[in-house]
Amino acid sequence: MTDNIYMPYLMKVEKITWEAPGVRTFMLKFINEEDQARFDFKAGQFGEYSVYGSGECTFCIASSPTRKGYIECTFRQTGKVTNALAGCEEGSIIGFRGPYGNIFPIDEWKGKNLLFIAGGIALPPMRCVIWNTLDLRDNFKDITIIYGARSVKDLVYKHELDDWKMRKDVRLITTVDPGGESPDWNGEVGFVPTIVEKVSPSSENTVAIVCGPPVMIKYTFPVLAKLGFTDENIYTTLENRMKCGFGKCGRCNVGKYYVCKDGPVFTLAQLKDLPDEY
Amino acid sequence: MDELRKKAGELLEASAVKVIIGYENGSDGKTRALFAEKPEETARLVFDSRCVMNLATYVTKKEVRNKGRIGLVATLPVMRAVIQLASEHQVDDAGLLVIGITPESKMVEFKDLAEVEAFVHRYQIEIDSKQKEMLDKLEKMTPSERWDFWIRELTPCFKCYACRAACPMCYCHRCTVDFNQPQWVPVPSHELGNIEWHIMRAIHLAGRCVDCDACYNACPLAIPLNLLTKRMLLDAKEHLGGYQPSIKADHLMSTYKPDDKDNFII
Amino acid sequence: MNIEKRLVRKGSLEKLFNLLKNNGNTIMGPLERNGKTRFASVNSFRDIASGYVQTTQSSKEVAFPRAEKILDYSKNAAGMSVKGIDPAEIPQVVLWGVRPCDAMGIGELSAIFNWDYKDKIYNNRLSRVTVIGFSCEKADEYCFCTSVGGNPGSTEGSDILLTRMGGDGDFLAEIITGKGARIAALSPELFEEAGNPEKDKFLASVPVRFEREMISRKLDKIFESDEWVSQSLKCLGCGACAYVCPTCACFDIQDEAHGRSGSRVRCWDSCGFSMFTLHTSGHNPREVQSQRWRQRIMHKFSYMPDRLSVYGCTGCGRCSRACPADMNILEHLISIQEAEV
Repeated sequence: MTDNIYMPYLMKVEKITWEAPGVRTFMLKFINEEDQARFDFKAGQFGEYSVYGSGECTFCIASSPTRKGYIECTFRQTGKVTNALAGCEEGSIIGFRGPYGNIFPIDEWKGKNLLFIAGGIALPPMRCVIWNTLDLRDNFKDITIIYGARSVKDLVYKHELDDWKMRKDVRLITTVDPGGESPDWNGEVGFVPTIVEKVSPSSENTVAIVCGPPVMIKYTFPVLAKLGFTDENIYTTLENRMKCGFGKCGRCNVGKYYVCKDGPVFTLAQLKDLPDEY
Repeated sequence: MDELRKKAGELLEASAVKVIIGYENGSDGKTRALFAEKPEETARLVFDSRCVMNLATYVTKKEVRNKGRIGLVATLPVMRAVIQLASEHQVDDAGLLVIGITPESKMVEFKDLAEVEAFVHRYQIEIDSKQKEMLDKLEKMTPSERWDFWIRELTPCFKCYACRAACPMCYCHRCTVDFNQPQWVPVPSHELGNIEWHIMRAIHLAGRCVDCDACYNACPLAIPLNLLTKRMLLDAKEHLGGYQPSIKADHLMSTYKPDDKDNFII
Repeated sequence: MNIEKRLVRKGSLEKLFNLLKNNGNTIMGPLERNGKTRFASVNSFRDIASGYVQTTQSSKEVAFPRAEKILDYSKNAAGMSVKGIDPAEIPQVVLWGVRPCDAMGIGELSAIFNWDYKDKIYNNRLSRVTVIGFSCEKADEYCFCTSVGGNPGSTEGSDILLTRMGGDGDFLAEIITGKGARIAALSPELFEEAGNPEKDKFLASVPVRFEREMISRKLDKIFESDEWVSQSLKCLGCGACAYVCPTCACFDIQDEAHGRSGSRVRCWDSCGFSMFTLHTSGHNPREVQSQRWRQRIMHKFSYMPDRLSVYGCTGCGRCSRACPADMNILEHLISIQEAEV
């Protein structure tokens, strides 16, 4: 098995959670116990998930490495493979290759404040590192999460948002785009960059982790700069199209970097060094 | 040739067009497309029997269109392609001016596409006699012989899609072969993938192909895939009364007429 | 090992071919069809094409086939069974008639498949290949091996290199590797004493046209240049250049289902296609052809040397010969070298 780098682990879909329209979370368990025992990953890494007969697609691992015995992924049903995944039921068998890519340097973040900013379906890559840091809560100072979606129904991980809301050691701000609120919505209304500006978190001893659609990222970076965040203290993940996951197929090549090898996690400083091809 | 250079230069000078697409000398005695944006660049224009590429393929390309109105040096097959494109609402007078080259290699000026169409209609599409011979030979084969012939010819195809890229009629932003929901045509270039691709392409060109041989000339492996589209042309002539690209005419394959023949339906 | 020089009589070539064939090897050699040459399994020595400057297609398929199964799966009552590729199914291949630029390309391809993760599927295939190269007696205007570290008689990448000594003469055989020596040992009588012939005088002359290190340095500075648009305006966006290239390795992975079972297939792809980088969302990081053409050149002359310490071009000139729009890579590289920054 280790000989063929294209060979996925066989995984059983243990549990399916419907997060938002077209968005599901799969909890996956290794069929083979030895695979499970050998498997390890770190926050930020991704994998290739496959439905045999339909193909493979790339998502981050959305569960925390501190939670052993399973992995989770969250995806929106859009393409050929995600549609095939959506056809899976609890008990179905799918393939998984990974983990691939670099990691969020959470060891370097010890003793710092963390500011997580996410939009829409981009919470999953961040959920991994959020739970990872919450599970090691004493290592970090203030943790702030600003999460927005187009509308209330598009917010993912609703039960966990409630969880984070209840915790005394997390500050959670949720927002929906204007017009996306429901009658009983008691969060913010406004685009993510606007809300970041409104909340105005301190950049003092803080790293910001930003994941979201390109337009959200584009308008959030200047707000962070205004708040005093340096490019080195802003992290994001790139989502280029990939096939192999290990630097051969050429698809995610941006400048001299391969998003699958040198990413998906980049600081804004690194991003500024990349050609605009992501 | 001097006449062509002069005319092209004048058009650019007068800003009647922003770019002239014509031919210039290329590698190894071949010609290639020239995109002249300054009057002095038109001195590089050439025209002779080596100029076989169908330049109409460029007029639907985004980066070329972005330059502004195009002046296109067009031989008869290129003009036919332009008229077919006009009938499919891909080009119009605002975006394109045709500088015609007659089959006798004389330059001919056109005021608009309607005049180009009138010129095009003076000539029937005639399949080259050698190729006609080959088509007749294929027709006389048994189905299994013909299948073997095509398997043999299409085996080397590695699906570089040069045929599609060079064809002025293949302007779709997303080709059927690139759709994967459902996956109509297998992606790998194995036997089935190749056969399905070429049959699909030929069918999509039925009643639209202008017989310019651009696909065959583009194929790096010299696969005679133009025989497929030529067969379609001959079938259209035989069963549906011929084909001539026309700006306003009904499309041959997408229009039902009560008196259409159905003798080719198995 | 030291390169050993031997003489192979022109009449012995067929004997060598038959010997290798009878020894259980699949011989992949240049075959001609419709005036184009490609490497395919050769049954008879007489079928081998000759007289070509360079084959239309490269020999990379021997280690990196255009469509290659990477696993089989089947769904059954008990669940799912997936099996990889059994290396025993991979044939022993003698690659016959390869030009030095193609042989050199094997090293560049291997660098891609072996940096970081090692691609065993590729390596298994390559380990079963013995390369019998043929030096170039002639070149054409598309050839530029000497500008990218090669030469018409380079031994790099070949296990045995044969150089024809004069128009219809015998061959100088250079036995370069252990694999080559094993072939020579099969029939020592075919490999006679050679003395010390002056190999260079039998080789084609390929003038040096540019300095590749200079191209790399220039590329660092011209990413935003208009040069890319003017060079690529005539590019049609097909994959001919990539598919004939000995070092282009970009690929796609596709599943092919037949009922409840099927295969996963690795197949060639090209950075020149607009679909290559297209996201499902509709966003395309390389939206127009000039960006894709730039990627092709940057990858070969900047990113590869930077990351893999090899260049992605052997100067074989195939891409230019195959291009339906006459994009001539040599011309474009020279103009990059001369670009003012």
